[in-house]
Amino acid sequence: MTPLQLCLLLSSGLFCIGLMGALARSSTILVLLGIELMLNAANLNFIAFWRFGPSPAPANGMIFVLFSIAVAAAEAAVGLALIIAVYRHQKTIRLQESSTLKG
Amino acid sequence: MTAALLLIAVVILGAAAAAMLRRNLIHSALLLILSWAGVAAFYLWAGAEFVAFAQVLVYVGAISMVVLFAVLLTRQNHVGDLLVEPGTRARATTAVTVGACMAAVLSAAVMASRFPPPADHAPVTSVRLIGLQLMRQHGAALLIVGVILTVALLGATVLAATEGKPDPEDTP
Repeated sequence: MTPLQLCLLLSSGLFCIGLMGALARSSTILVLLGIELMLNAANLNFIAFWRFGPSPAPANGMIFVLFSIAVAAAEAAVGLALIIAVYRHQKTIRLQESSTLKG
Repeated sequence: MTAALLLIAVVILGAAAAAMLRRNLIHSALLLILSWAGVAAFYLWAGAEFVAFAQVLVYVGAISMVVLFAVLLTRQNHVGDLLVEPGTRARATTAVTVGACMAAVLSAAVMASRFPPPADHAPVTSVRLIGLQLMRQHGAALLIVGVILTVALLGATVLAATEGKPDPEDTP
């Protein structure tokens, strides 16, 4: 197995762990953290293809990952602020109990 | 080379899986910090030092603190949280099924693909080169990311700081 395949398997595993966490847990914070894990798995792929690609450009993969980390940081900040705002209104962070908008 | 990668993979996956399984949110957050540090170690292993330091600064340093603060600010002392409802159990089963199917599909695709052979040498890069690329080719993207970060952080502050009832001091 080539190193590229090992890296891709690692990032697939991390993605699936994040997916399971985001789907299974009922705490809003853990759902957000599961999404962060999935983003990290995508970043691993960028670096793996940059490092083991056929004709790598000098810094392309790294710049992709830098922008992705910046957007992920913004997303985490807004998500956690939303969680705190919902908690202030409803006094809960459980997903099942935040059902005001449920159709 | 491969042994180090396997070790890093064990740390990343083990910490992430343990974080998703723990009941205590604080334990989950601390284990996720370990997982993010493992991702930084992977970047170092792959030769992307600059990204590794960015990962340490942003994830291990900043996002972990924000997550820990959020956990502490929304803390509840309910005993009811420890009960496992049937709905939760059914959802967990569904989630594990979906995740396992996804893992099977992804790993089958990775194993079945034929990738072109990697280049002979690792791509040579330096901080100077990254800086030049960021400011020249990707200058517009850098500006846009700066605007996104500013707007998002201001919005987060407004969301988290607004009280339920309007504060007379806030309204002009």
